[in-house]
Amino acid sequence: MEKQAFKDIKILQGNEAIVEGALAAGCRFFAGYPITPASEIAELMAQILPQVNGVFMQMEDEIASICATIGACFGGMMACTASSGPGISLMQEGVGYAAVVEAPIVVINVMRGGPGTGIPTAPSQQDIIQAKYGSHGDYEIIAVMPSSCQEAFELTYKAFALAQQYRVPVYVLADEIVGHTREKVRIPDGLAPVERKKPLKKEDYKPFRAGPDGLLDGMPAFNEGYKLLIEGQLHDEGGNRAAHLPEICERLTERLCKKIVNNADRLYDFETCFLNDAEVVVISFGSPSRPAVRAVKDARQKGIRAGYVKIRTIWPFPGEKIVELARGAHTLIVPELNIGKMVKEMKCAAAGQMEVVSLPKLGGLLHTPREILEEVEKRATACTP
Amino acid sequence: MHPIGEKYLRKEGLPFLWCPGCGNGTILGATLRAIDQLGIIDQIAFVGGIGCSGWIPTYINADVMHALHGRAVPCATGLKMSDPKRKVIVFTGDGDCLGIGGNHFIHSARRNIDITVIMVNNQIYGMTGGQVAPTTPHHAKTTTSPHGNPEVPFDACELAKASGATYVARWTAAHPRQLGKAIAEAIFHEGFAFIEVMTQCPTQAGRIIHGIADSATLLDTLKSNTIPVKAAKGKNPEQLEGKFLLGRLFHDKRKVEFSKSYYQSAGIARSSGRD
Repeated sequence: MEKQAFKDIKILQGNEAIVEGALAAGCRFFAGYPITPASEIAELMAQILPQVNGVFMQMEDEIASICATIGACFGGMMACTASSGPGISLMQEGVGYAAVVEAPIVVINVMRGGPGTGIPTAPSQQDIIQAKYGSHGDYEIIAVMPSSCQEAFELTYKAFALAQQYRVPVYVLADEIVGHTREKVRIPDGLAPVERKKPLKKEDYKPFRAGPDGLLDGMPAFNEGYKLLIEGQLHDEGGNRAAHLPEICERLTERLCKKIVNNADRLYDFETCFLNDAEVVVISFGSPSRPAVRAVKDARQKGIRAGYVKIRTIWPFPGEKIVELARGAHTLIVPELNIGKMVKEMKCAAAGQMEVVSLPKLGGLLHTPREILEEVEKRATACTP
Repeated sequence: MHPIGEKYLRKEGLPFLWCPGCGNGTILGATLRAIDQLGIIDQIAFVGGIGCSGWIPTYINADVMHALHGRAVPCATGLKMSDPKRKVIVFTGDGDCLGIGGNHFIHSARRNIDITVIMVNNQIYGMTGGQVAPTTPHHAKTTTSPHGNPEVPFDACELAKASGATYVARWTAAHPRQLGKAIAEAIFHEGFAFIEVMTQCPTQAGRIIHGIADSATLLDTLKSNTIPVKAAKGKNPEQLEGKFLLGRLFHDKRKVEFSKSYYQSAGIARSSGRD
């Protein structure tokens, strides 16, 4: 087996791994506002960005942070912002604006417990629905969800690549556990920055003219001669306001959604194990994946036909694909750090073909492997050591 | 079409969405003449806020971002910092700039970032139907102050100056030439430049606050309610009561500009290298 080359192997905190992933992708602009448990991202960006010809700005609030990020994006830099709970709520109008002007920004949410000021120093996955539906109006986003420091690096890099490709805001939905854990991170050798392609032609360029796949042709910056009109009202291909033109508004809204939905098969990213013969499958994402994988392996040791799916790209949600792969199972167990949110998406995808069990965890704690194992044992019909 | 319009307008966006008699066309014209004089249209990034005046840059055939309500200045900040050579001009209304965007406004002024903010003050929320604004006169009746405005208005120029802006001027839509000169000065100034343009709004402020729907009369009112700084010299406070000062109210060329300062200190950080 060929040995993979690594540029570096580091012990990194998850939040640091996110910064490393962003920088490797070519991020050179960060605007943010201090908040636990995401502050380390801003602190490290403040340290490094000036050293690599980049810009770090601590803004007056999170609204300004996401707007400056969008501005820098059209200014020609790869850009991101990071926050948690209340800060991410403030950013929601900016997320919707980024979606409608197709700004390829990355928004990092190191999730803490909510609502309100919530549980600032403890993890949650309570914002996963907000990530998709938080801003007003119809639009789509992409969201990746790391469960380790290695994934924090890899998926942040990937978030930048997806943002460029689909011209859409992409969330990195980490949580306090991932953000504050320190682990070994392998940084691959020869990892090139994400490419931002320029449009093919400058003449007769229209900033919102899409191809048949719904995607835009390249990403020009301001002051390069394209005469861009970046309009937050629903607009035609040239960026001209079109709120009074129902057909254009309908076409744009559909395209903003379909460019993600129609490409969902390409966007799905999840790991599976033991699905071939599994009767009970644990579906997890983010930090609960760690005890979930342990629990499934322990169940196998006990002769239980258990399997797992670890979702890395949570939006678009790969529910139907998972149901197809786990069709031999009679029960899906969904552990999550909230009152039971994604379990509803899973139930919808299962459409009554299999039982979908919610295993919520609140209060800022993580499931133990034993808790998940007990649920697997309860649901399993057979034990064949 | 006027040659300046022919040269700089984004014609596919025409006709203007403004009401007849609106001052925004005058302000757009003054801006285009100033830019034509400087000959730097290609170096400019325009940003508009939300409200009637936020639409001004969308008619200019250049790079334009029409931002969210109140967020034009932070969007402009990202544009400026991603390429400090770029000149950034923001068009914003009084509600956009001082109400919902007030926090962004004072902090950007504090940073003294090289952005020119042209705040069009019509004393009311026009586009939404004539509601009370942070600039509406005390006791004035609007659709959301039907019993008279219980609040007192901001003096936007004083606020800009106190927050750290280094170029502050006020003109009205009745002074297009002076305004054009001020805009050219503001663009040329390296630092946070703020120009308040008091304007007539025949449809909302005119009709609702002043009981006058005629633009010419409103422009006369603007003239009689204001006084150039030079003419105000030597006059006592009683003579200046209720009058807004016009002209360049503040100009500080010494205070360090933010993007320049950032890139200079970043240069120092760069030489120390990473890791």
